[in-house]
This record gives sequence, structure tokens and C-alpha cells, in this order.
Amino acid sequence: MISYLEFEKPVAQLDARIAELREATANDEVDISAELKRLEQKSADLLSSTYASLTPWQKTQVARHPSRPHFRDFVEHAFEDFMPLGGDRNYGDDQAILGGFARLNGRKVMLIGHEKGNDTESRIRHNFGMGKPEGYRKAIRLMELAGRFGIPVVTLVDTSGAFPGIEAEERGQAEAIARATEACLALPVPMVATIVGEGGSGGAVALASAERVLMFEHAIYSVISPEGCASILWRTAEKASDAAEAMKVTAQHLKKLGVIDRIVKEPVGGAHRDPAAAMQSLAEALEEELAALEGKDPAELRRTREERFLTIGTV
Amino acid sequence: MNWLTRVRNSLPFGNKRETPDNLWVKCKSCQEMVFAKEFEDNQQVCPRCDHHERIGADERLRQLLDMGYEVLAQPKVEEDPLKFKDTKKYTDRLKEARAKNPYADAFTVGSGEIEGHPAVVGVQDFGFMGGSMGMAVGTAFCQGAERALKRHCAYIVVTAAGGARMQEGILSLMQMPKATVMTRRLREAGLPYIVLLTDPTTGGVTASYAMLGDIHIAEPGALIGFAGQRVIQDTIREKLPEGFQRAEYLHKHGMVDMVVHRHALRETLAGLLGYLAPAKAAA
Repeated sequence: MISYLEFEKPVAQLDARIAELREATANDEVDISAELKRLEQKSADLLSSTYASLTPWQKTQVARHPSRPHFRDFVEHAFEDFMPLGGDRNYGDDQAILGGFARLNGRKVMLIGHEKGNDTESRIRHNFGMGKPEGYRKAIRLMELAGRFGIPVVTLVDTSGAFPGIEAEERGQAEAIARATEACLALPVPMVATIVGEGGSGGAVALASAERVLMFEHAIYSVISPEGCASILWRTAEKASDAAEAMKVTAQHLKKLGVIDRIVKEPVGGAHRDPAAAMQSLAEALEEELAALEGKDPAELRRTREERFLTIGTV
Repeated sequence: MNWLTRVRNSLPFGNKRETPDNLWVKCKSCQEMVFAKEFEDNQQVCPRCDHHERIGADERLRQLLDMGYEVLAQPKVEEDPLKFKDTKKYTDRLKEARAKNPYADAFTVGSGEIEGHPAVVGVQDFGFMGGSMGMAVGTAFCQGAERALKRHCAYIVVTAAGGARMQEGILSLMQMPKATVMTRRLREAGLPYIVLLTDPTTGGVTASYAMLGDIHIAEPGALIGFAGQRVIQDTIREKLPEGFQRAEYLHKHGMVDMVVHRHALRETLAGLLGYLAPAKAAA
């Protein structure tokens, strides 16, 4: 059973009516299949038109939907032969940032990303996808490893932000993020980053400083959460919707600004309605991107990546 | 503010913020009244409690560089790329900030020498919209790095910022990798990159160029961190330890090399440059 978002209420009501009708007439002689079909079409159309014109704030909710596929789902369904690697060799093994070798249609990649978890227990284990310094340092280790063995790096970004906590500060959260960003920029192999859900601030950019940045159709990418921005500039978190609008957090806006390079299509009604289709869509896009970057000279890759960030916003 | 101050502040030249309105200033830390002249002569450090008051770009450059340095014109960037408006238009906020400040944005670069060692010094000014990092700050940071590369000399950056400039949305976030491109280029060129962290340095600035120095120096008592204290408190619901995220705390946890009193900064930097200055420094 899918959980509907607030703005999907009209669709939810229609779907409830369809279910009701179906149940009420299950043992009936009356044939209402035509009527059911009509209602189902109406619901599908409504879903499709709703999702064709989501506001930035509605997209924020879709991007954060609890059933949206996360890192481990992608690992299982979009990639093969995942071999998880762990630890920063210094402090611990953060579960908010995962990584390891994987294959995409046979192609070797180093896959790194945030994992938010899918239920209470796993959300706690993965710290809701909020990485700690050891997580970013693990990512650096894996990127350097990939660089040395000529394996392209693929990252899946999905975090509300890096973890704000006492220990994280003590162990140098800021330094870990800065160094991870630097590690992305220094890679001698291709790097493709995808914002799959939430791209929250420095904790996202640390895994997204790539030459090609993709973004799911209903994902968001932002310097601060809409709530955070609203509580600072509007002095109330209730203006989050206005903040999401003003900050231009959607894939469509960011493509225009040149911050992302490609929008990955989601199934109608969002990735959570048909995760398999979303994964297929991502796998295809990544395959194309990696194929295009294959065999490029390390110096050229670095230069492309550097130019990308030096020129953003100047056109 | 009297009419004279108002007129003076509306003039496009001169040093507005640093003009004392008053003979006496109140120390923000110990609340003691200090004779303004004495405060100024003491490099804006309270002579009673040693509190390091925040200072502007001009004053900082004067304190660190030898006489006769050059201040680079701030690079032009696209203003208000998002057409941002909260309770006020971003362009209006910029106008207000400019009326109160000697420079058009929060990062100013000076090129000169420190006790004879060639150096480029970039100063982030908290007085301009909280020092926040937007396109102008990121671009000026890069401009300073370019100049250091060209002169083949050290780049010293004095950080002070609440973080990224929200009004420029994602483009402010993109300044993090952008600045990092330049710190990498300095390293590859064998040039020293020194960060002086001042009060406060937080958010995306800390999580990029402020933490990538070959050497990190902090001013005493400076607030330095990634996440804001209120955010941390709201997340973990615990009391924050004494002195949390202060310069001395970072020093204890290995994030900065040294905590240095403002009076000793120039001398310390010169000492470091004595060790780190590249062999063939052009003037």
C-alpha cells in the first residue's frame, strides 16, 4: 500500500473509491468494469497531470518520500556483483555512506552513496543518510583506490546533509567534507554523480564534484534545506514552500543554471511508485554517461571537471 | 546617527565602518568601556579581557601586510542570478550592505609582502552580509589564488563567514568545489596556502577552503565549525561542552596548528613564510 503525499489527496480519494467499488461489487452480478476502467483512467490522468507540474516544495516531499528507492535498492537492482568495502582506516565504518565495487551492465565501477534506510531500524543504523567524518573519509579512500586501478566512480547522492553533532565536529566534519570534494576533483578516472533524492548542502557536494552531474526528475539539490532557509530568512520554517521556490532547488531549474547536466526520467507518480522503472532509467543514463567518458585521458578529465566548476554561474 | 555621519556614510569613498562614532567603545565580551583610541591602537583587541573584535578587510590587510600593498579590484559577477526574494529582495539587501561597507562584497584581496616575503592575502569580511560565500566571494577567492600563482608566492586567506549565501542558492554551494580547484592548483605549483580562521568561520566556508590549508592558524576564541550550534543542539538534544567549536577546542582536537594572538599574527606568518616560501619568488 502506497502512502500518499498531502498534495496527492485527490488521487488518493479516487483510488479509494475505485477500491471501494471493486469490493462492493466483487460478488455482484452487475458489470461495472467499464465504470472502473473509466475511474482508473481518470486516476492515472490525474496523477500524471499532478506530477507534470509539481511545485518545488511538492518535489521536496517526493524526494524525501519514505518509499523512494535508496542506495541499497539501487545496488541490488540496477547494479551487479556489489562488493561492499568498509572503513576509513582511522576511526570507524560509517553506515550513512556506503561504497564498494559493482558492475553496471558488466562495466566495473566504484559505487559510493548515501543510504537513508527504509524502516525505523535501518534508518537509525544508517543515521538517516547523514554522513559523519569517517563516512566522508571512507569515500575518499574508495575514490583514491578507484583512481589507482582505473575504475570509474559513480556516486548516488541522497542526504539531507552531513550529520550535525558534537563528535562529528570533534573529528573534523568540515575537513572531511572539504577533502572529499578535493578527492572528487583530483580523480584521474571518470566520475558521474547522480542526485537520486535529496542533495543537501556540503554533505552532498562532497560526493558530487564530478564532471557529469545527473539528477532524478523529482530530486532536489540545495545549499540548505527549504525549512532551514525559511527559518533564517523568513524567521519561520513554515515558509519552507516559499524558500524552496526562491532557492530554485529542482532538477529543471538546476539544468537551466548549468549546475546539473542531465535529468533522469522517473516513472509517472515518482520513483517510489515504480522503483524498478526508476532503476532501469538510471542504469540506462549511467551507462550512456560512462560510455561517453570511457578512455579519456586523466589530465583531460580533471581539466573538464575543474572548468565545469570554475565557470558555473558565469554564463 | 547624526546628519554628518549619514552624509559621510553615503559617500562612495572612505572607510565607513571603521570610523569611530564615539570616543568610547564597549567591549562585546567583558562589557567594559574602553577608550576607542586605545582599542584601535591595540588592533581592536580588548586591552582588558583580550577579546578579539571582528575587523574589516582594510584593517586586516593593514595589520598583516607591509606598507605599499595593492588592493585588487573585486571581480564582477552576475548579481542576483536567481532573482531571489524573501521578506526583502536580495538586490535590496546587497544595496544596504554596500551602503555600510567600503567594498562591493565580502572578499577583498591584497597583494604585497609580509616582512619582505611576497604574499597575497585574501580577507573575508563578516561585516558584509555575515561574510557569506556567494559568487562574488568565490570568484574573489579564485582571483587571489590566480595572483599568487602568477607571482609564484604564498596565498594567505583570512576566513570569516556564517556560511554560504542562501540568496544565491545552489550557486553559492558550487563555490565550494570552485575554490577547491584553486587550492589544488596552488599545491601543484608548490605554493604555500595558509588559512587564518577568525570569528566566526562556519558552514560551507569551513567545509571547503578554510580547512584545506597547509597550515591552519586561528585567532583566540574564534567560533569555528561546520554545523551551527543551534542546529546541533536541536539534533542531538544534549548540552554542548564548554568552549565547543572555539579556536582552542579545535586546536585540542587537531584541526588547527596554532592559536595565535592578533598581535603576533604578522610575525607568525612571516616566520612560516620563511620556511615555506618557494625557492624562486618573483616580486
